[in-house]
Amino acid sequence: MGFQTPLGQVRGLGSAKEGTEHFWIQRLTGLALVPLSFWFVSSISYLAGADHSQVAEWLSSPITAVFMILTVGTTFYHLKLGVQVVVEDYVHTPWLKTGTLIGVTFSCFVLGLACILAVLKLAVGG
Amino acid sequence: MSQANRPLSPHLQVYTFHFTMVWSIIHRMTGVGLGLGTVWLTWWLIAAATGPEAFNAVQVFSGSIIGKTVLFGFTWALMFHTLNGIRHLFWDIGKGFEPSMVEATGWAVAGGSVILSLGFWLYGYMSMGAL
Repeated sequence: MGFQTPLGQVRGLGSAKEGTEHFWIQRLTGLALVPLSFWFVSSISYLAGADHSQVAEWLSSPITAVFMILTVGTTFYHLKLGVQVVVEDYVHTPWLKTGTLIGVTFSCFVLGLACILAVLKLAVGG
Repeated sequence: MSQANRPLSPHLQVYTFHFTMVWSIIHRMTGVGLGLGTVWLTWWLIAAATGPEAFNAVQVFSGSIIGKTVLFGFTWALMFHTLNGIRHLFWDIGKGFEPSMVEATGWAVAGGSVILSLGFWLYGYMSMGAL
């Protein structure tokens, strides 16, 4: 193994065929977020100053719940991919880079799950 | 190949400054900023699912001077990142690369993000009955 060149070590293993996956999903989620972002900001603007019962009623509508879950899920996926690129560009200490990427991924999952469960509770649990 | 001797792609310092770089930098900054803003969104949704007292705490904080200032910042950041994101999507399909076009769409993003932010806040104040 020690006598092999880097190229020799990988030759014949085939391509991972996932080279464009990160790029593609970043664009796909970005495209989806264009209408979702406008829906979100216009809804929040409309709800400015609303009390709890108004917001709870709004979120309990199936259409709102679907759009909100799509917005939240797509946002955290897009966020995870985007911050990953920033971290990989600027953090070069291996343990710090890996640690930050793990932290970013965990945070996105936890926050995303919390948002989705909150919407489901209002939409399904009443 | 040892890690230290690997060839590096040209880094930021070697490029002559051009003002379209600012859009790229702001795109990243608004992206990271909006990432931090998702904590506020999560707080708002969890509070709505928890009950009136928890929700009221979010609304009081959001309605304060600091809250409104930061929320306006998030509104603008989301508008900038969305409009500039559309610009990036067009570049991805190979459209809009002419220097004059890059500059024109850059200014459209800058102006459009401010106009849309003000428009949404105006709509917000109108739906509150404040205007």
